[in-house]
Amino acid sequence: MASSFSRILSSKRHVGILSFVGGSVTAGLLLHREHVSAGAPVRRSYPASAEYPDLRKHNNCMATNLTPAIYAKLCDKATPSGYTLDQAIQTGVDNPGHPFIKTVGMVAGDEESYEVFADLLDPVIKERHNGYDPRNMKHPTDLDASKIQSGQFDERYVLSSRVRTGRSIRGLSLPPACTRAERREVERVVVDALAGLKGDLTGRYYSLTQMTDKEQQQLIDDHFLFDKPVSPLLTCAGMARDWPDARGIWHNNEKTFLIWVNEEDHTRVISMEKGGNMRRVFERFCRGLKEVERLIQERGWEFMWNERLGYILTCPSNLGTGLRAGVHVKLPLLGKDPRFSKILDNLRLQKRGTGGVDTAAVGGVFDISNLDRLGQSEVQLVQTVIDGVSYLIECEKRLERGQDIKVPPPLKQFK
Amino acid sequence: MPFGNTHNKLKMNYSSEQEYPDLSKHNNHMAKVLTPEMYGNLRDKETPSGFTLDDVIQTGVDNPGHPFIMTVGCVAGDEETYDVFKELMDPVIEDRHGGYKPSDKHKTDLNSDNLQGGDDLDPNYVLSSRVRTGRSIRGFCLPPHCSRGERRAIENLSIESLDSLDGDLKGKYYALKNMTDEEQQQLIDDHFLFDKPVSPLLLASGMARDWPDGRGIWHNDNKTFLVWVNEEDHLRVISMQKGGNMREVFTRFCTGLTKIEALFKERSHEFMWNEHLGYVLTCPSNLGTGLRAGVHVKLPNLSKHEKFGEILKKLRLQKRGTGGVDTAAVGGVFDISNADRLGFSEVELVQMVVDGVNLLVDMEKRLEGGDSIDDLMPEQK
Repeated sequence: MASSFSRILSSKRHVGILSFVGGSVTAGLLLHREHVSAGAPVRRSYPASAEYPDLRKHNNCMATNLTPAIYAKLCDKATPSGYTLDQAIQTGVDNPGHPFIKTVGMVAGDEESYEVFADLLDPVIKERHNGYDPRNMKHPTDLDASKIQSGQFDERYVLSSRVRTGRSIRGLSLPPACTRAERREVERVVVDALAGLKGDLTGRYYSLTQMTDKEQQQLIDDHFLFDKPVSPLLTCAGMARDWPDARGIWHNNEKTFLIWVNEEDHTRVISMEKGGNMRRVFERFCRGLKEVERLIQERGWEFMWNERLGYILTCPSNLGTGLRAGVHVKLPLLGKDPRFSKILDNLRLQKRGTGGVDTAAVGGVFDISNLDRLGQSEVQLVQTVIDGVSYLIECEKRLERGQDIKVPPPLKQFK
Repeated sequence: MPFGNTHNKLKMNYSSEQEYPDLSKHNNHMAKVLTPEMYGNLRDKETPSGFTLDDVIQTGVDNPGHPFIMTVGCVAGDEETYDVFKELMDPVIEDRHGGYKPSDKHKTDLNSDNLQGGDDLDPNYVLSSRVRTGRSIRGFCLPPHCSRGERRAIENLSIESLDSLDGDLKGKYYALKNMTDEEQQQLIDDHFLFDKPVSPLLLASGMARDWPDGRGIWHNDNKTFLVWVNEEDHLRVISMQKGGNMREVFTRFCTGLTKIEALFKERSHEFMWNEHLGYVLTCPSNLGTGLRAGVHVKLPNLSKHEKFGEILKKLRLQKRGTGGVDTAAVGGVFDISNADRLGFSEVELVQMVVDGVNLLVDMEKRLEGGDSIDDLMPEQK
């Protein structure tokens, strides 16, 4: 799981990147916080005070934490591949946010962004992840599905179960910053590896540039197809450049394991099925992820990961596990109870409409998933969802019988 | 800027074939011209301020275009773009501007005395007259590439200069981020307010970054002379009024522009201009004069005539709906303006509009009376 730098140093594929960053044998150590050196200084004609963005009407984590002093310190730095602070914060400058919904307001252009711009990203991460301090805490990774207890929901209530995460390929820039060649390389590496999946994971890739109308319609009917991002949060960060070049969808023949290539992250990995067998969904999730990791490692590649931040993804909100485990569950009575939000809060769950984030619940069916991403392991988060949803179903049943329900005590933040 | 100048060296780790964009479904001037060989020749270059080939073409890569409407598909990030990326820009310019060659010289003429007539377009048909152009301030990067500091400096310079205008040009600046609700409503009612661009053609080039920082609208008290600051260009200058006195509109336009240029020079700044490309603006389609002189004119009969399109072409005019580019005509009222920008002077273009619109109105009157317009058919200008 942890990066094996010897593999990077010995792989011929990476010689180009190493020689670019200076040819130093210690280039591998660039990935350790203390040794990341910024790239060539950025050309500036104006002092930092003249360039500092106007954030007075803004409500996002970047705006809250980007003081003029931090801006001045970081504004002339770039990561070894040339990504700058102004690029990282552009989406947060362009999108002031909403009084009720606090967005993150910045992205990473590559793995090194989290080091070079740590003075800003660390407090942003701490705020977004409820106090997780990257400077002195470690993130646990655990993809051993056998540790899960129970996990089969009552299917009179749970209509479907799903677990998603993201993975980034180490050595290649992230979607806000990647060049066309890098993006194509991500596609090549991932598609090549996925072709090695077997058994119930056997599947195929549909490139967005080449899919037939028939294939496209099928993917829409299956609710698999993703489209060019329209959210200004994403487009302002540069993630939609060159669309649809090197974007695509892979899924297994059974349609229970799905991978998006080069959308908001290098890969988004999704395990899902109708019904309430979250245990099996998670088991397939872990098995599939580990198998994909093994297949890319065979070819000399690995995922971006470190023990401070877990899996590295484009948006700081998805660090750690990058995991959202959720169900579509019928809670018509509980959904109308004034204590619903508090119960969810204490169980560390969140609700969304059945269209996903920013949609409304229809017919009393809610999308319920984990709130947290960083500071707890995959197993812990999925267990939280299992225990929490079971409790919600119990509440619904009690309300059906005319019995009262209790608000559970709040779960501990970091385990 | 956000899409890659500091990143250019990273791309050099990959071959030109690996980086070359997929333009197989594209229909814009850039896509027609950018061969893999040209891409290979230009991809390691940067302007002194760091604008790269990929920055130039990003909007054209992201917006494949339309089978019927040919967009330009590339922009400039600074004055030097037109020089450093000549190999791409020259053929794009030639294609877009009717065969204008790299060796051609562009004539600038802002002396409104040289215009003949133009003060009596029939107000029963011509509802309003308007002339617009753009100006860029030499030494600053253009909207796709400028930093916040540069954009603010452009705004400050513009405010200072415009505040010195007097007489019938005396006016006031309204910064987009500071305007009151009342001011905003008034500007909307006057049809002056411009909004954050929504066109993907503009967004993909990075022009809308940091909105609304550094953007604003200046207009004179009479509401006949208007300047947009930091929208698609550093400055867009507009002279307009109701009725058909294009001459007066153009005179105010020339006077205003000349005064503004002098005020900038007093502050040691000049406009981007050279004798080959004329005034340098963000989009190659606006080079030369950057001038669009137009009227809103009632042509309900002529517009239904089978030769309407051909007539406009011969007169070197184009039609748009009354909402501007990409809108439909309402009630038989059309926006008629010059089709050209480069290779003709300002006076020549306005003359074409004045003469052309006069002819169109004559034709409309004939058709109203049930008479033929065959003898009025123009030669190709």
